Amino acid sequence: MTDLTHMTLADARDALKARTISSVELTKAHLAAMEVARPLGAYVLETPDQALAMAKASDEKIAKGDAGALEGIPLGIKDLYATKGVRTTACSNILANFVPKYESTVSSQLWRDGAVMLGKLSNDEFAMGSSNESSAFGPAVSPWTPPNWTADKAKSALAGDKKGLLVPGGSSGGSASAVAAGLCLGATATDTGGSIRQPAAFTGTAGIKPTYGRCSRWGIVAFASSLDQAGPIARTVRDTAIMLRSMAGHDPKDTTSVDRAVPDYEAAIGRSVKGMKIGIPKEYRVEGMSAEIDALWTKGADMLRAAGAEIVEISLPHTKYALPAYYIVAPAEASSNLARYDGVRYGVRVPGKDITDMYEKTRAAGFGPEVRRRIMIGTYVLSAGYYDAYYVRAQQIRTLIKQDFEKAYAAGVDAVLTPATPSPAFGIGEKSGADPVEMYLNDVFTVTVNMAGLPGLAVPAGLSAEGLPLGLQLIGRPFDEETLFSLGEVIEQAAGRTTLPTRWWA
Amino acid sequence: MNAIVDTRTLDPKKLIKGATGDWEVIVGLEIHAQVTSQAKLFSGASAEYGGEPNSHVSLVDAAMPGMLPVINEECVAQAVRTGLGLKAQINLRSVFDRKNYFYPDLPQGYQISQFKSPIVGEGEVIVDLPESGGQITVGIERLHLEQDAGKSLHDQSPSLSFVDLNRSGVALMEIVSKPDMRSSEEARAYVTKLRTILRYLGTCDGNMDEGSLRADVNVSVRRPGEGFGTRCEIKNVNSIRFMGQAIEYEARRQIGVLEDGGSITQETRLYDPGKGETRSMRSKEEAHDYRYFPDPDLLPLEFTQDYVNELARHLPELPDNKKARFIKEYGLTPYDAGVLIAEREQADYFEAVAKGRDGKIAANWVINELFGRLNKEGNDVATSPVSADQLGAIVDLIGENVISGKLAKDLFEIIWTEGGDPRQVVEARGMKQVTDMGAIEKAIDAVIAANPDKVAQAQAKPTMIGWFVGMVMKETGGKANPQAVNDLLKTKLGI
Repeated sequence: MTDLTHMTLADARDALKARTISSVELTKAHLAAMEVARPLGAYVLETPDQALAMAKASDEKIAKGDAGALEGIPLGIKDLYATKGVRTTACSNILANFVPKYESTVSSQLWRDGAVMLGKLSNDEFAMGSSNESSAFGPAVSPWTPPNWTADKAKSALAGDKKGLLVPGGSSGGSASAVAAGLCLGATATDTGGSIRQPAAFTGTAGIKPTYGRCSRWGIVAFASSLDQAGPIARTVRDTAIMLRSMAGHDPKDTTSVDRAVPDYEAAIGRSVKGMKIGIPKEYRVEGMSAEIDALWTKGADMLRAAGAEIVEISLPHTKYALPAYYIVAPAEASSNLARYDGVRYGVRVPGKDITDMYEKTRAAGFGPEVRRRIMIGTYVLSAGYYDAYYVRAQQIRTLIKQDFEKAYAAGVDAVLTPATPSPAFGIGEKSGADPVEMYLNDVFTVTVNMAGLPGLAVPAGLSAEGLPLGLQLIGRPFDEETLFSLGEVIEQAAGRTTLPTRWWA
Repeated sequence: MNAIVDTRTLDPKKLIKGATGDWEVIVGLEIHAQVTSQAKLFSGASAEYGGEPNSHVSLVDAAMPGMLPVINEECVAQAVRTGLGLKAQINLRSVFDRKNYFYPDLPQGYQISQFKSPIVGEGEVIVDLPESGGQITVGIERLHLEQDAGKSLHDQSPSLSFVDLNRSGVALMEIVSKPDMRSSEEARAYVTKLRTILRYLGTCDGNMDEGSLRADVNVSVRRPGEGFGTRCEIKNVNSIRFMGQAIEYEARRQIGVLEDGGSITQETRLYDPGKGETRSMRSKEEAHDYRYFPDPDLLPLEFTQDYVNELARHLPELPDNKKARFIKEYGLTPYDAGVLIAEREQADYFEAVAKGRDGKIAANWVINELFGRLNKEGNDVATSPVSADQLGAIVDLIGENVISGKLAKDLFEIIWTEGGDPRQVVEARGMKQVTDMGAIEKAIDAVIAANPDKVAQAQAKPTMIGWFVGMVMKETGGKANPQAVNDLLKTKLGI
């Protein structure tokens, strides 16, 4: 029998519809895989009872011919999404026992369409990180083994301090790890500076950060409001297209969500890309980029050219300012967004001798070092006397970055092709040392997209010489996710589907 | 911010005498007016005053993770209406900012306010000064929308503080004046007038007891002719009377410091109505750095001029216009018109009485008889036992010479306590004025016949006629027309 946990979401959907498998079977197979894979740390909370109840209900609906677009499909939910009655922590100690009385708009749309919830997925604390190492539950581990490691070596490291095993990327590390390890057919994720695309690239999965405003932010724990956007990670470009159709849509409860019809994204899969103009921005050829990534990029361009697209070199001159500007805007908003975690109304409280002492003790105990660092950076750049020098200038840079893309699109470019990350996945403990900037550099190709509010798709494009997944990024016009899906499918088909890693952890 | 300009010319009458000479007091006010609306500024929770603690709190108000604000359009309309009422510039694009600080009754850890781009810009309020006389114009610097905070309760437990979030997120308009006032009286009159305008517009109920209207008072002093001095801000004054007292105290305190050779430190102070003094709350150095920045959860607030025009078209008549119309249409004195327009309900009552009648008599009856009586009983027009129709009927009966002015007062008293149709009451109780000359002559003849000595006296001293008028009125039970009595007596007595 085919391994139910290694199907694509699209195949599973068709099999469910044809009733060759049931949702309960599919869900049980995933719950069993999750149990075995607990040491990977992808899930921070499993909801088997809920999953089976939902699966049963889905099977009944399918039997009645009343199936939704995602009927019976088991999914994992990033712990940043509020799930009604199910603990939601953003992987922070400060929300250690927080159980919301509400469901995020995006997850409620998935349930509306029949999806089954398997549990909550790990992420960097408050989505701040690029390796999932800052999660209060400990790091999530990539199912890919480090080059030249035997299964036994990996297994023993997993039982120990996990050092040297590969990070799944972040902040949506749990989502990427679970999808790659066969622990769900797809996962929700969020992306503020690359948190969907970088983990997807590190784990050989596909992930899309839609246009800002495409998905509602209501009920998703905020990191940086003007940059945060929900999106899916799944095994194939088609699977992300299927999921996004359910996740997207206008929400009157989020003023920044856009009232615009949601297209049938899956219909864009397989659409011809002939005659499309693809921009290759020369500024993304950054110093120190490995020859391997460079070669992958060229290979990706060749694949698109072979499918009839035209490849043109373009210039996005303000690219080099994007990362520093991002690390002003995002912490500034975060410092304010995280002020509500004060121990007064919910979450963790550490008693103090007065209110200030209580605040200080609570926040010191509740937030990890990376979150504390970003709150301090954000507080600093918004302070009187520094605001104009930092925040205002960063916003000006943001406008210039946006204009760079607008000019390229106005000149006829349909999408931009770049590497997704400067390197393949690194080891746990490798970049979490003294210099946080080393970690921040992971976002160098992805932050521009958030700063400009554009859609960006990470698509698996092959393996490194050492056998690790590598991804490419396609950046589109606002609300033109469809073009990205068409192009992404071309690359995915040409590169050949990445085989999922073997279950060495079992 | 616009540069601070001194718009006033020095009025020596308003100076305060210090030990070493005269001082001028400068006052500017920041008024927090709660917007009249069903729901809060960014959530659907009820904005109603009172209720069990924490019963009007939505997930947004409690700042639960992932909650987002959505602007309440009615609050925007109310702010625009208020701006129009203040003859102010309406900004078609404004921006909401976050004002960041930690406090248990501020769930988000920031207040959503408008810092750099407020919804309403410069305007003005014309203020009558009832005590010193005259009129001043107070400039409005700006009006912006912001969220109210919750309430911390420190007196419920010896070891804990409690928080009530019912007010958290309720819409406030902060109305900032220019430093255009030069006495506590001017400040009191300005707030009174502002409150009148807000109540006319229906944009704030102006109820200071419930905290719907609160004032932060900026006070400084200077020698006549000098530039502005250093100001102190007195926070959260919640009655017009206390505000007057606080300004008087604070001005004298500052004068005392300066005359002793000291200097004023810019600071925030609190007024203690019990002790009648202000005391320091925090200095400028201790002031918060609010780290204002545009709220990324909200798009800039934008609307069209057509939207503003439509709101302007439905604006009620404003107090200044009503006053001018009362003077013109009803021939009232500016003073009487000013009294009548102070509350919209009063003005409406007056107009109902005055309609088709003599405006001056109507004003006289409304102000002196009705308001006098209402004040005495702590009542207001809305619950007046005498309706406008009833008072109008009384005025009619006077005009038709059916009752005398004196009897009208008795009639008013009957209607006040017993109610009824004034015309029927007059009929039923035989209060009709006697205009039958035969009956009056009969009464006069009787009095003359009975008092020959008084007749002689009166002929010698014509002012004695008053005694005869009194006797005739007594004879007729007060119902005789006094003028007719007077005229006939003169003839009969030959004086």
